Amino acid sequence: MSNLIDVENLWVKFPTRNGIFDAVRGISFSLGKERLGIVGESGSGKSMTGRAILKLIRPPGRIEADRLTMTGTDVLTASEKEMRKLRGHHASMIMQDPKFSLNPVMTVGRQITEALRTHEKVNMAQARARALEMLDAVAIRDPERVFDLYPHEVSGGMGQRIMIAMMLIPDPEILIADEPTSALDVSVQLQVLEIMDKLVAERGMGLIFISHDLNLVSNFCDRIVIMYAGRIVEVCQAGKLHEARHPYTIGLLNSVPNLGSPRERLDVLRRDPAWREAPSVSALL
Amino acid sequence: MTLAIEISDLTVWFGEGAARSNAVRQVSLSIGEGESFGLVGESGSGKSTVLRAITGLVPSWSGSMRIMNRPLGAKRDRTFYKQVQMVFQDPYASLHPRMTVDAVLSEALKLHGFGDIDNRIDRLLEDVGLGKGFRFRYPHQLSGGQRQRVAIARALAPEPRILLLDEPTSALDVSVQAEILNLLTDLRAERGLTYLMVSHDLGVVGHMCGQVAVMQTGEMVELLGVEDMRAMKATHPYTKHLLDSSLRSVR
Ligand SMILES: Nc1ncnc2c1ncn2[C@@H]1O[C@H](COP(=O)(O)OP(=O)(O)OP(=O)(O)O)[C@@H](O)[C@H]1O
Ligand SMILES: Nc1ncnc2c1ncn2[C@@H]1O[C@H](COP(=O)(O)OP(=O)(O)OP(=O)(O)O)[C@@H](O)[C@H]1O
Ligand SMILES: [Mg+2]
Ligand SMILES: [Mg+2]
Repeated sequence: MSNLIDVENLWVKFPTRNGIFDAVRGISFSLGKERLGIVGESGSGKSMTGRAILKLIRPPGRIEADRLTMTGTDVLTASEKEMRKLRGHHASMIMQDPKFSLNPVMTVGRQITEALRTHEKVNMAQARARALEMLDAVAIRDPERVFDLYPHEVSGGMGQRIMIAMMLIPDPEILIADEPTSALDVSVQLQVLEIMDKLVAERGMGLIFISHDLNLVSNFCDRIVIMYAGRIVEVCQAGKLHEARHPYTIGLLNSVPNLGSPRERLDVLRRDPAWREAPSVSALL
Repeated sequence: MTLAIEISDLTVWFGEGAARSNAVRQVSLSIGEGESFGLVGESGSGKSTVLRAITGLVPSWSGSMRIMNRPLGAKRDRTFYKQVQMVFQDPYASLHPRMTVDAVLSEALKLHGFGDIDNRIDRLLEDVGLGKGFRFRYPHQLSGGQRQRVAIARALAPEPRILLLDEPTSALDVSVQAEILNLLTDLRAERGLTYLMVSHDLGVVGHMCGQVAVMQTGEMVELLGVEDMRAMKATHPYTKHLLDSSLRSVR
């Protein structure tokens, strides 16, 4: 097996006062050395899927699966110590909210250099140089100034790129990116995507790209998984998203505002209760 | 037409002396009552800072700002917040982790002297497309998009005249985005609200706004009408580049 990740029948459950809430309901997929997109409406379980793979679901939430392996390790039985090692050396996750995930009392520069130094033996000067290089690579203007700023002193899009820099600097085999470019203007977005693209093409990194931006995902990814209510309703080859057949996917595509063709009102999705009940589509390789 | 927002020569800086950096430099713009105005531009170019300056959240600025013909000084009073509400870019940081949705909304309603809190909360949640089931949840029990809708509901609570919207839908999926944008369109039509809206999505700005200002490194480099934007009639190289990249990313 050369898949980086294999997941079979994954559930993420949260006990609530109205009983158990199933955020993810029995999905199966694998990740090769590819760019796998996960799209779907808000609350469909995209982030919980990403977090579950790295066992980052906070209790009382819990994960169940028939199989969950990452680069050969059985994630289900791995100890927290093993998971920490896995997360550091093999897999990184760019969280949906950068400012929430950055340490508020540590400068940007220190956070990036520490991320690097836990994985590689480099001295401070080298680490600083690499961090500045990385900030520059993610199109941060004036890296020297930003290096010494605290997270609350950077803009939304800068925070997002700092998080990306921090996660890419240890050179992971697997990157799970949860809405990594949602706060970026299109031109910076293209630059950031190019970096990720390069890592996939040149180093064989596997990328899970979670996004609600359908156009972006269809241009950028190789395969797309479409989630609804905790299940996978459709799997598409990228570039063929316009051939999607599920009414939910089509509804999502139709609700995007387009600069070229203005409309009075945007189409909104009409949800069919049957979508929720249909069995999950497998996205295994 | 009355001007809802009038800003001239706004400069905002952080740090003093050698450490001073100007985040916003001599920005001027005016927005008529009932208009919707878009602010786009490079990440880090000062868009949020302009909005934060209006709401009194930056320490040092110069120039002048007027809201509904009233000049703004150093402090903002309660009448200001009754008129002007902001939806922040960052829905996580803007909701208190230990407050339920119910507590967030009832606090906002009480602060502005509303009665009939119970019904109003239900209405607000419905307006932003969240059911009653979300009323007693904490922020960590909500997805990113659900939190953003709570933030929008909170901003709508005092029934403001002006909404400052900082990337209000960038955390939302396209279907919820469509619902929120339609909601904002309806509210503006019904109540004559004024919007100043930051977004990096030119499709969204084109859909929502009549005029668009483009920012780069703290300066406003171009002001253009939405028709010109659609027709790609930009004059500044950065605006051209932005429109061009936007086309490339949609393809
Ligand atoms: N701690 C929790 N307790 C109960 N329900 C939860 C908890 N955390 C998340 N959920 C629910 O799980 C569902 C899936 O959440 P998830 O964060 O994966 O959504 P998402 O697809 O990433 O959405 P978004 O695009 O808005 O980020 C949501 O309905 C959310 O309300
Ligand atoms: N408290 C602060 N201290 C120092 N610098 C700050 C502070 N707040 C903002 N800045 C700087 O001001 C500049 C403009 O930031 P702002 O948040 O306005 O950008 P933006 O246009 O909203 O970007 P984005 O699209 O990424 O959100 C950035 O260079 C940022 O680092
Ligand atoms: Mg999410
Ligand atoms: Mg901003």
